[in-house]
Amino acid sequence: MLRINGKEQDVAGQALADYLSSVGYNAARVVVEINEAIVPRDRYAGTILRDGDVVEIVCFMGGG
Amino acid sequence: MAPDRETLHAALVERHGAARQAKFDAAHVAVCGLGGLGSNIAVALARAGVGHLHLIDFDRVEPSNLNRQQYAAAQVGLAKAEALKANIAAINPYCEVTAEAVRITEENVAVLLSGDDIICEAFDRAEEKAMLVSSALAAYPDKPVVAASGMAGLESANRISTVRVSKRLYVCGDRTADVADGLGLYGARVLVCAAHQATMILRLIDGSEEP
Repeated sequence: MLRINGKEQDVAGQALADYLSSVGYNAARVVVEINEAIVPRDRYAGTILRDGDVVEIVCFMGGG
Repeated sequence: MAPDRETLHAALVERHGAARQAKFDAAHVAVCGLGGLGSNIAVALARAGVGHLHLIDFDRVEPSNLNRQQYAAAQVGLAKAEALKANIAAINPYCEVTAEAVRITEENVAVLLSGDDIICEAFDRAEEKAMLVSSALAAYPDKPVVAASGMAGLESANRISTVRVSKRLYVCGDRTADVADGLGLYGARVLVCAAHQATMILRLIDGSEEP
């Protein structure tokens, strides 16, 4: 289990990029931190979610 | 005739207190994007007496900007960075403004914002927002980033708030309304979001990390 935006999720072992698309996020519009470290945008495919990770995903809305 | 530096500074100290104003005087803030958010944030910070503003936008003033951005009709066609620098000089001539008409990219973030203490994301497009926030947090391990997400449309202004997403990332907005859904952008509601960002920036300068 890991914690994504405050909720327990059973997705350990999944690549971050696959998780993002499975829940409908557009990867170009998100910022992701895992255990308080920013995940560089070119590493979403190579980052594997692990048990105990604390993940924060911000999906930006347009307008300004 | 504008008052001299000492007179204006004394007026700021009278409102804010000497200790807090000294922090505002010394602060360097980067405002990335000078549209409905950034132009209003920059004006709020200049009025508060923030000493150093770094204003960045490659765009020019368009007629469609005038419903919510801090430009005059006669400034249509001018580079936003230069137009806003002039408008801030008229409001607070003692605010040191560095204006750059450049596009911010993943490649230049690490150099472009190196002299700034706090980074304000004030772009329009969601993809650009994510690019800047992600690359700024990665490039600068100590700088806070104050971003915005969700201020389109005319839903209640009460839905707009400031959230501390992680140690150094603050997001202001309702976090759900997207301009791509045809909601439009209204100056008053964009201003609420800009005011949240400007307030959070002043709080950070003052030493408060909570929203």
